[in-house]
Amino acid sequence: MSNWLYLHVRAIAQALGRLAGQPVGTLLSALVMGIALSLPAGGYLLLDNVASLARGVSGTPEISVFLDTAAGKADAAEIEKRLRAEPELASFRFVPRDEALQQLASGGLGDVLGGLNANPLPDAFVVTLRSEDPVLFDALAAQMRAWPKVAHVQLDSSWVKRLHALLGLGRSAVLMLAGLLGFALVIVTFNTIRLQIMTQRSEIEVSRLLGATDPFIRRPFYWFGGLQGMLGGLVALGAVHLGVRALSAPVAALADTYGAVFALAGPQWREAVVIVLFATFLGWLGAEISVRRHLAVD
Amino acid sequence: MIVFDSVAKRYPGGYTALAGISFEIRHGELVVLSGHSGAGKSTLLKLIPAIERPTAGTVLINGQDVSRLPRRAIPYLRRNLGLVLQESRLLFDRSVFDNVMLPLVITGHPPGDASKRVAAALERVGLAGREKELPAGLSGGEQQRVAIARAIVNRPSILIADEPTAHLDPAYATEIADLFKSFNRAGVTVLISTHDASLFAESAPRRLTLAKGQLLEAA
Repeated sequence: MSNWLYLHVRAIAQALGRLAGQPVGTLLSALVMGIALSLPAGGYLLLDNVASLARGVSGTPEISVFLDTAAGKADAAEIEKRLRAEPELASFRFVPRDEALQQLASGGLGDVLGGLNANPLPDAFVVTLRSEDPVLFDALAAQMRAWPKVAHVQLDSSWVKRLHALLGLGRSAVLMLAGLLGFALVIVTFNTIRLQIMTQRSEIEVSRLLGATDPFIRRPFYWFGGLQGMLGGLVALGAVHLGVRALSAPVAALADTYGAVFALAGPQWREAVVIVLFATFLGWLGAEISVRRHLAVD
Repeated sequence: MIVFDSVAKRYPGGYTALAGISFEIRHGELVVLSGHSGAGKSTLLKLIPAIERPTAGTVLINGQDVSRLPRRAIPYLRRNLGLVLQESRLLFDRSVFDNVMLPLVITGHPPGDASKRVAAALERVGLAGREKELPAGLSGGEQQRVAIARAIVNRPSILIADEPTAHLDPAYATEIADLFKSFNRAGVTVLISTHDASLFAESAPRRLTLAKGQLLEAA
């Protein structure tokens, strides 16, 4: 084991000893950090669930491409060829004018349509995209409008835009909340480390006299901050899990009233890792600022 | 080897603690630094491990100019010196063993070897078997012995002690002085400041006397 690794292992042991040496303080700090972090983490999760719920309820947004009534089979084939060449398309379906008329007739307009001499409806393609990006929707629609024999392109993207705007607003709010609470957590760790430095002042001075380098003295504080943050992250994760479990049944019952089946999803392992790592980073950052401020030597 | 060449130390505000100090201590010497309170003994000793920096002159330790040493290099200088300060500066929430172990932890010694060294150092100062005790349970003389064990555990070539017998009764003071003499006999360079130079008289050490920041006598 290299000297560097040995010194880190020793610093971790020292930090764990300090955490274990004041169990009440450690628990309270972890709870404060965990509860504060669970708010943005829960908010993010809620937005994620809303996004997936919206997708499930409204289906994938579509673009309807109506051909000119004078367009023939060759024109429809040409449009189909162009659609096949489009990489952003998930799928498309051709709706011949006769099928469209039948659908309209079966929808209760049979009497009205019976009075017509000819089918007034055009052939059409119903296109679904891989992405829900409204910018991409608009760009593709504009491109399709320029194709030959295309009379009208109708895109069902207004709700997509609205949803994206709402989700964007929600994400900004969650980010702001995470930033504010993250700052508060950095302050909590800063203060905890400040108190630790004060209580260990004599040990630090003696260690310096005996040849301790700055990294040797600082290392246990960094580990302490990081470990405390990690504990806070784990508490946040636990709080979010508890929240999801508590809300699952009421949300499922609500979805059932709309004839939908919906289960609230908790954080996946990747999100869980991000939450814990973020909390660890905040703890480390608080320690870094505190150590730089309170262990500075001329 | 310790060399002071025209060393001065002035504090902000104009107080001159040391002025024009020059002397040389060869390897393996025992040197007693004497003088009244405020003569500048502690300041002089603090210049060697760079606890203080001179405002003029040069301090050389084994050929290394300590007065111009970058801050990041100071810890490595201190690891090669044994320091015993006036107050024992022990960690009172740690055992005797942990206190003596501290310099070895700092230098990253493997725990097995370090434990053997701690045991040997405690044996050397007559505290074998007291490893688990807390410093608060020891007498003043024993606490100073722990501080000495801590100073020698890294096997330094130079031992510096600032009034190690200051707060001890005569019997304990003689024991501590005998310890320093024995380290010197083992080849360690010892520079020790004391009010009571008679403690070392039988060893006929070289004596440096300071008064008002100036070297009076370099016998």
